[in-house]
Amino acid sequence: MAAMFEQTEVVTAGLVPDPMLPVFYRIQRVRQETDDTFTLEILPEDSSKGFSFAPGQFNMLYVFGVGEVPISISSDPDDAPLLKHTTRVVGTVTKAMRKLKRGEIMGIRGPFGSHWPVEEATGRDVVIVAGGIGLAPLRPALYRLMAEREKFRRIVLLYGTRTPEDMLYRHELEQWRGKFDLEIEVTVDRAASTWRGNVGVVTTMIPRAPFSPSNTFAMICGPEVMMRFTVMELLKRGVAAERIYLSAERNMKCGIGFCGHCQYGPTFVCKDGPVFAFPSIAPILGKSEI
Amino acid sequence: MIQTLEPILREHPFFQGMEDQHIRLIAGCSKNVRFGEGQVIFREGDPADHFYLIREGLVSVQFVIPNDGLTTILTAGSGEVLGWSWLFPPYRWRFDARTQEPTHALAFDGKCLRAKCDEDHDLGYEIYKRFMQVVTERLEATRLQLLDMYGSHV
Repeated sequence: MAAMFEQTEVVTAGLVPDPMLPVFYRIQRVRQETDDTFTLEILPEDSSKGFSFAPGQFNMLYVFGVGEVPISISSDPDDAPLLKHTTRVVGTVTKAMRKLKRGEIMGIRGPFGSHWPVEEATGRDVVIVAGGIGLAPLRPALYRLMAEREKFRRIVLLYGTRTPEDMLYRHELEQWRGKFDLEIEVTVDRAASTWRGNVGVVTTMIPRAPFSPSNTFAMICGPEVMMRFTVMELLKRGVAAERIYLSAERNMKCGIGFCGHCQYGPTFVCKDGPVFAFPSIAPILGKSEI
Repeated sequence: MIQTLEPILREHPFFQGMEDQHIRLIAGCSKNVRFGEGQVIFREGDPADHFYLIREGLVSVQFVIPNDGLTTILTAGSGEVLGWSWLFPPYRWRFDARTQEPTHALAFDGKCLRAKCDEDHDLGYEIYKRFMQVVTERLEATRLQLLDMYGSHV
């Protein structure tokens, strides 16, 4: 069991003294990303409050009087304490969150959980495979990789969405694509004939993506079924299992491993994850009983 | 001096590991082709006389969905295979294929290859084995597409 927890450093409530106590943040901007997805940009009400996080960590976002939800941080770690959270409108809390306006206050607890192995990938190729809204938790890793570009070999982003209209951060992707030191491939599941890019599931891009399997770290985030098939393709290509990381999602509540809502086999996603090395969850990944 | 396509075929991942005698037979049914941007390579219902290995470029596989118009269901790019309708009766294309950008490919004459496969079953086995791999991968990808896995319900 000990090996289960070795791969990632667990970082708990950072600079927040009581991890169960929300800190007031004021909304700076609400940005509609797609039909059902939006990004909140927030700053701490008390400007003396610092905040640091590692790419891949999440916060608990509290809409007062409605409830709290776990959302991955999707901003640049170097921009903290300005934080961005991208989420899809799926339930009561996110519906209420979407109605919040600039200037309104919300509560934040965090950052919680493990992070992407950005430092560990130094000197290697990095391949990032994102599906749908799974690009949001990976964006801070991309910022960090690009901020320290010289430390890594090839950086490849493979991104799959349902349609071209569902693509997140389109403007940023176009900018990044213009760089000569970053490979970005986008694919959609279906498209009108006017779409000039790839069509097909994101896993089909892995066999021909430009990275050296024996020297690659892979970071994956997306729907669980997409992650399972992505892992299979990466293993088939020759990427070592222990260098494949993925972000699991479960029903996080307390964020610190007390309540057990996010139990995933022998782990708690909020505390031991959400970023796991593949071997540590391989036995339970895709098991319908878990 | 006429150069054969054997060296190119030998290096292509699709023919990896194939014996020289089979490569020679296949090269006899192949030719280099180039398509301009937006060019139709084949249309649904037309005789499926060829298949293609794309060397460079991008091809959309499309069909018309009533009310939605022409819809792309798949793209095939560099190193990928386009078309397997030439392998099975009634040898008719099931979809349209149109280039998204100038495309350079190897085209294989289906009738020629089928005849050679009938004569040499070892060659036939090698060809069918490779196409089964492609068909299996496409089937798996199609199943994932059908799941609509990026929808909020998955």
